[in-house]
This record gives sequence, C-alpha cells and structure tokens, in this order.
Amino acid sequence: MARIIGGLTSSHIPAVGNAYARKMFEDPYWKPFFDGYPPVHGWLKENRPDVAVVFYNDHGLNFFLDKMPTFSIGAAASYENQDEGWGIPTIGTFEGHPELSWHIIEGVVNDGFDVCSCQEMAVDHGFTVPVQLFWGDREENPIKTIPICINTVQHPLASPKRCYEFGKAIGRAISSFPGDEKVVVLGTGGLSHQLDGKRAGFINKEFDLMCMDKIVDEPETLAKLSIHDLVREAGAQGAEFILWMAMRGALGDKVAEVHRNYHIPISNTAAGLMLLETRA
Amino acid sequence: MSTHTIQEEIPGTVIFDGRMAMKGYALNKMCYSFNGAAARDAFRADEEAYMEKFGLNEQQKAAIRARNVLQLIDAGGNIYYLAKFAGIFGLTVQDVGAQQTGMTVEAFKEYLRKQGE
Repeated sequence: MARIIGGLTSSHIPAVGNAYARKMFEDPYWKPFFDGYPPVHGWLKENRPDVAVVFYNDHGLNFFLDKMPTFSIGAAASYENQDEGWGIPTIGTFEGHPELSWHIIEGVVNDGFDVCSCQEMAVDHGFTVPVQLFWGDREENPIKTIPICINTVQHPLASPKRCYEFGKAIGRAISSFPGDEKVVVLGTGGLSHQLDGKRAGFINKEFDLMCMDKIVDEPETLAKLSIHDLVREAGAQGAEFILWMAMRGALGDKVAEVHRNYHIPISNTAAGLMLLETRA
Repeated sequence: MSTHTIQEEIPGTVIFDGRMAMKGYALNKMCYSFNGAAARDAFRADEEAYMEKFGLNEQQKAAIRARNVLQLIDAGGNIYYLAKFAGIFGLTVQDVGAQQTGMTVEAFKEYLRKQGE
C-alpha cells in the first residue's frame, strides 16, 4: 500500500517566485527565509518521496466566482502553471498521478466529502511556489503531484475542523492505494497576513507560533477555532491556515517535528515552514 | 430557517461573502480577465470601453479610474482579483497596503518588519 511518510508546510508568497527566479538566496532580505529550506532538501534526498499531495488555495487563476467549489481535487496527467497577470514568471507543467487522484476522489466521496474533480486544473503560486521551494529543478528531482484546492476566496469557508477531517479522509484514501508509493503531504499558505482593508499589513507572531506548536501534538485544539477566529487573529488571508489543518489531518495521530523556520516579513506575510514525520 | 450566526465585526476587515460576491461580480470578472495578456492590453488601450464591456456600475468605474483600493473593495472587489488590476500598473502588495493604510510605502514596510521583533 502507498505510505505517507511526512508533511511539509510552506508559505506560498508570490514575491518568492520572483526572488527564486532572480536567485536572491543570499540577499539580506531573503536569506532568513531561504535558509529555512536546505534541511528539508536533505530530508527529501534521504527519503525520496514519489508523490506530493498539495493542499493549496487558488487565487483567481483556475476558479472564478461563477463556480466556486469548496474542495476540488486534480485528476490530470499534468498541471500547467499559467500567467496570473501580475508578473511572476510561469514555471511550466507539473506531472500528475491520475490513478492515485481517482482513488483519493473515490475514497473521500465514500467518506462523506463530495468533492469537485478536475481533469484540467491550472495551478497558481499557491501550488507552484512551495513545490519549487522544496524540489527546485524538477528534471533533477522528479516528483508527481496531486493538487487539492480548498476555497479561501469566498466565504463561507470550510472550518478548520472540517478541513482537518477532510485531511484525515485524504490520508485514509492514500493509505489504501494499492501501490508502493511514498507520499508527502503539503499544507501551503499562511501564516498571518492581511492584504486588504484598513487593517492591511496585520501580522500576529504570538498566534502563529502557538499554531506551529499545537499543530504537532494538539491539532484537535486548533480544530476548535472558527474561520472568524482565524481572520481576527491571523488576518483575512491568514485563514489559509485551514490548508495546514488539512495536511495535519492526513498525517494521522502521531507525528514528530523534524524542522521549522519562521520569519517576518516576507512581502506582507509571516512566513512559516515545518517538516513533520509520521510515526506509527 | 437560516442557522448561521452573525459574527462581530473585525475592524478594518471586509469579509468577502455571498453578499459582496454578488455586489462585485462585474468588477471581479473584469479583473479576473487580466490573467490574460491580451485582456491587459485591451484595458490599457481603452479603459472606458473595457469597463463597459464587463458592465461595471458607476461606483465600480469611479473606483477603477481613481486606482483606489479601499473604494474598489467597497464596490465589491475581492483582493485576489484586484491584485491583477494593481499588477497592470506594477504595484506590489506593499504599495497596495500603503495606499489602504495611508502610510508611505517605506513606513508600511517598517510596520511589517517591526511586527517580527
């Protein structure tokens, strides 16, 4: 059976795409951010996962307000990064794993999560930035991907608890796939930030650090938060933390924290990175 | 009967819900089109005609003409789509944040940095 070996979280700030393209790894502004990633690169080199299941949110590339699914799962052979309009360079296509996608879709629908399946799915920075940060050159470090999009554009959003439970269903489905794939699960986005309104620029370090602590051993505590709690404490776009909750749900009961990094600010955002290993 | 509860307001924050999504539909649809380079060029070539094509109301047109983000939000704009509009003028999210908070861009960046201390 396929096996989930760990979970990775990373902010997916668009400016990172530009900084990456310009190789600003040693620039004083960017260094404290990029320096968080080599330990994860080492872990990936050692553990060699075959598939990355990526919880992310679309920011108005693949979905518009005409049709806005709460949970959607990619079921394509490949996913294209398309122009988002404001100038980050596109970075090509990402290989999919449609057999595992359909197995997951069947599993979660059977489990009570009636998802939208997507045989075409353009992926934006929410997906591409973390995959690029973790795998870099995909010719050198090939990885199959399955994008799972959770709506954070239009309220009502699925609650942290619902996303945590959705993650559990995804985890059960992956673990019942008849294959020998090693899988990592990504939770992208966050941490605290707000782009819009008079409160733009709001960041909450204390709340972020509490979330990073509790997501390891006490995710149930975080599942009690409401979306309104997240918007108030982490900012309007800090609600992306639901993607981390979905990731955590997929990992099962016991995990060990292997690595973390936290840095303020990258663009308007508190950037968070974690590497969690699954434990039996 | 509706069972959802009315939440307390969060100062300086507009929750983009169904009400706002209906109000801002035309504006957001125009901004969504800016994913494509041809659409960005068409807007640059004739802003008024492009707004008319998407059926923006007067409030939305005035906010677009003024390049004013708070006005755009008030007119139903969602920040993810508005970012594509701001991108046409090469504005970053720090520029957008500074405009909304009434700070200079440098002061806004310093505000961000200080929250990490």
